[in-house]
Amino acid sequence: MVNLKVKLCGIALDNPVIPASGTFGYGSEYAELYDINCLGSFSFKGTTLEPRFGNPTPRIAECPDGMINAVGLQNPGVDAVIREELPALRRIFHKPVMANVSGFSVSDYVETVAKFEADEAASSQIGWYEINISCPNVHGGGMAFGTSAQAAAEVTAAVRRTTDKPLLLKLSPNVTDITEIAGACEAAGADGISLINTLLGMRIDLKTRRPVIANKMGGFSGHAILPVALRMVWQVYEAVKIPIVGMGGVSSAEEVIEMMLAGATAVEIGAANLVDPFACKRIIEALPTVCESYGITNLEEIIGGGH
Amino acid sequence: MKQGMFTITANRRLTQNVCEMILAGDTSACQRPGQFLNIKLDGLFLRRPISVCDYDDEEIKIIYKIVGKGTRAMADMRQGQTLDVLTGLGNGYDSSKAGTSPVLIGGGVGIPPLYGLLKALQRQRAAGGLAHSESAGTEKIRVILGFNTAEEIFYQKEFEAAGAEVLLATADGSAGVKGFVTDVLAGLDYSYFYTCGPEAMFRAIERVAKTSGQYSFEERMGCGFGACMGCSCETKYGSKRICKDGPVLEREEILW
Repeated sequence: MVNLKVKLCGIALDNPVIPASGTFGYGSEYAELYDINCLGSFSFKGTTLEPRFGNPTPRIAECPDGMINAVGLQNPGVDAVIREELPALRRIFHKPVMANVSGFSVSDYVETVAKFEADEAASSQIGWYEINISCPNVHGGGMAFGTSAQAAAEVTAAVRRTTDKPLLLKLSPNVTDITEIAGACEAAGADGISLINTLLGMRIDLKTRRPVIANKMGGFSGHAILPVALRMVWQVYEAVKIPIVGMGGVSSAEEVIEMMLAGATAVEIGAANLVDPFACKRIIEALPTVCESYGITNLEEIIGGGH
Repeated sequence: MKQGMFTITANRRLTQNVCEMILAGDTSACQRPGQFLNIKLDGLFLRRPISVCDYDDEEIKIIYKIVGKGTRAMADMRQGQTLDVLTGLGNGYDSSKAGTSPVLIGGGVGIPPLYGLLKALQRQRAAGGLAHSESAGTEKIRVILGFNTAEEIFYQKEFEAAGAEVLLATADGSAGVKGFVTDVLAGLDYSYFYTCGPEAMFRAIERVAKTSGQYSFEERMGCGFGACMGCSCETKYGSKRICKDGPVLEREEILW
């Protein structure tokens, strides 16, 4: 028997597999296909204070072994998420969820988290906050907070004062030194670091000679970014003491283990869900056998084992 | 939605760059004409969404135009090869709104889903499902097919064999009426319209259409099943996902 259980910031997970925010909606599309209670947890669609339609289309482009998206944080806003999405999610997923929150100012983040905290049902459903300071697809916000250590610390400290729940800061890879940002978040009171968000990228259509994406640039994700993600998880693991949720290109049980050896306590699966809607279920089912084949009996023991 | 492995039982060219492929497998997720498939292809990351032309209990028929890497790879596939396919995607056409004398309007590679819709309307008519009137069930359902030139014409005979009156329009006048589908549409009386084709054609239809109708839209998609918000559009009733809440939208809700 292989133990797949891990503990993330004091909360037990049946396994380390978590669908990444923005690739799993609020779960209902996947719940049509399988019982999503097999997941370790689930990071729901990035939520902002106000409703957002997002960017113009096309928002999606094919890439070598990956894709670009420039959705632009489309979501119904925190009030509608509390009123409609979370009650619906409660019926199909019975474990603590990760609330992914984004904003355009420090007070946006604080107010959004405060609204979740103030709603008893929502608050009891949320296990962790994953504070997205790394969205590459919106101007004047998102990634701006994740590319400056000082701004990242400010957001962290402000949200820290708003909730006692575990606080994960989701970082951008589009920086010179990610360990500096991670360290600033840790010092400001973060309980964990979540990384990596997408890499800024673009494609150009030869027929029109224009960028494929209406927003010109977008976030590159998918299998191709796995080596970059592993390297950054490795670096952050050496720089901070708080746990890491690793993500970026992971699409198999072997790669979940690889990410954990680099230093991840839990692993998010993103773009793989969009191509194979059964990706998370398939990975979770494969984990015991793959662990056994590498002599792993307790997954928790291998965290950071590559160092 | 279902995921399944399908076996190619036929793959043939209809014109120089339009192909018809028949896929055998579990078709139980197909519910309505106008839905689409999302097909995984070797060497490409994202699946390729292709509208369903027709389906029965064993097979799904698709018609696609060779426009890029994905469709070129599909055109080279042979009978017996298998494909990983998501089926039953999208809302499809609502045939219950057709009334007594609907008209179907297709432009180029937007034509295929109208074939399945025609057959659904014929079945509905045979079952007495169309609103009753003197002419219901006696007049043929009219289908306007638009192409650039006569060499691009496909499925005219199939539509006729399925009982439709086909009205052709070609931009260069090499077959049918010289001009666009709207030049034909402007002279007709009808109870409702259903259309699929390029957006420029939609805008032209919007200017001349006399009744309510349904448009089937195309957009670059991430997942194809409503999770990623890659293909959203704004409507009068809020934001909709082309892949999940569409691809068919009603005329009344569209913001042009």
